[in-house]
Amino acid sequence: MSPTPPYRLSDVQQDRISFRRRKAVRSVLLAALSTAIVGTLLGVLVTGAPGWDRVRQSFFDPRIAREWLPEILEGLWLNVRMLVFCAIAALALGLLIAVLRTLRGPVFFPVRALATLYTYSFRGLPLIIVIYLMAFGVPGLRLQGTPSVTVLGGAAIVITYGAYLAEVFRAGIESVHPSQIAAARSLGLTYRQSMRFVVLPQAVRRVAPPLLNDTVALQKDVGLISLAGPIDAIRAAQIGVAQTANFTPYVVAGVLFVLLALPLIGITDWVTLRAARRQNAGT
Amino acid sequence: MVLSCTDVRKTFGANVVLDGLTLDVGEHEVVALIGASGSGKSTLLRCVNLLAEIDDGVIRLDGADITDPRVDPDSVRQKIGLVFQSYNLFPHMTVLDNITLAPVRVHKRSAAAAREQAMEWLNRVGLADKSGSYPDKLSGGQQQRVAIVRALVNSPRLLLLDEVTSALDPELVGEVLTMIRDLKGEGMTMVLATHEMGFARQVADRVAFLDKGRVLEQGPPEQVLGDPVEARTRQFLARIIEAGRL
Repeated sequence: MSPTPPYRLSDVQQDRISFRRRKAVRSVLLAALSTAIVGTLLGVLVTGAPGWDRVRQSFFDPRIAREWLPEILEGLWLNVRMLVFCAIAALALGLLIAVLRTLRGPVFFPVRALATLYTYSFRGLPLIIVIYLMAFGVPGLRLQGTPSVTVLGGAAIVITYGAYLAEVFRAGIESVHPSQIAAARSLGLTYRQSMRFVVLPQAVRRVAPPLLNDTVALQKDVGLISLAGPIDAIRAAQIGVAQTANFTPYVVAGVLFVLLALPLIGITDWVTLRAARRQNAGT
Repeated sequence: MVLSCTDVRKTFGANVVLDGLTLDVGEHEVVALIGASGSGKSTLLRCVNLLAEIDDGVIRLDGADITDPRVDPDSVRQKIGLVFQSYNLFPHMTVLDNITLAPVRVHKRSAAAAREQAMEWLNRVGLADKSGSYPDKLSGGQQQRVAIVRALVNSPRLLLLDEVTSALDPELVGEVLTMIRDLKGEGMTMVLATHEMGFARQVADRVAFLDKGRVLEQGPPEQVLGDPVEARTRQFLARIIEAGRL
């Protein structure tokens, strides 16, 4: 048997391919040109503004930025630790509340009612007020063993975000088709087993993108604990601003927060894309 | 009697789906439920498996009243297998995990023993190479065979099949029907709701024609499908023949 000769594309197809290649090259050139024009216009607009020199001095002073970067970075380490702790605790709290809200039966009425009341009130209450109440109100009770202001501020963030995340989890639980529960129950699994092995794994996969998105929001709101006093990145920048009478430390802190968020945002986009692809792959 | 339904009534609001239905199923017997959409076939199967609560009447399994509210529904469902029209496999689990979930979690078998039993079944139905696949990588016929295996590994007293070939492409129906025929050969007691009259004729010991929530006529397949007594049965079969399904 002779080996099959390699497939030769027809002239029509070769013509199509070269046409598409020419079109692709043209698109890239066009995109580069329009980006250059928009960029130049923006640059001219900002740097040509009458107050640009003053703004550059008080917001973008490289000397002050270098001087305050170490202090702000040190503060950022507190934000990172808070972020990790608060994200894990808020996700756990949210999942717990969402599951409590699905419990049926008269015995669980008070649990259900409390969980519902919690999600309703803490989604409405501004985070700043919760932080003030926790960080200044709780120590005011003068109880033995009151934790530090940092821990109390973190608790305020966990309580507030737990309420949001509980609703996201609940949406995920409700999105699992009832036929899945019917299948699980028909096999003899109890309600709890059906939730644990069949409903929750599917629910969490489905709401992973919005959960991560809320975690991105949480990572910047962690900066609000500066209101309670601990020296985080924002507090350090504030001190810098007060001492130099220049806003550059704020810009430095802002850039650092964006850099901190980038990996998490990247992960969120990747998970969202993967979830969308899986949905399009069909059931 | 393995299953005995007496005067079963089930309503959804003003809609009476089962209206005093009575049906008995003996050991090793295969009963095919036929009838138009909405005649109550699927609802009856869901009521037997206690997924739906009946509004009156009694359902007995091996002589014991399972519709008594003091009976633990989970313990009843452990003895009854149910296979759904749309398979309802768990999409986040592999074929093997779908099958071993109930044996391990409900029947407290060891993971190794459950896996071995599952693989034995998968070998028998020719799906051993799919044990690590996720359901969405399987054809409809393969998914439905996995769903049947998932019900069988719990060694049910009674297997309920709810239009298990209705969602399948015509060329995939055969592989599922072959499997059910094999099960009959092993003496499995089965109740199957079906639109496949040819299959009902081959595999069923008895065909029951449901109309308006009651068993209007029942008997050997040759009689009910070939020479029905009731006018409504004749009408139903005439429509089926017209649609080319017999």
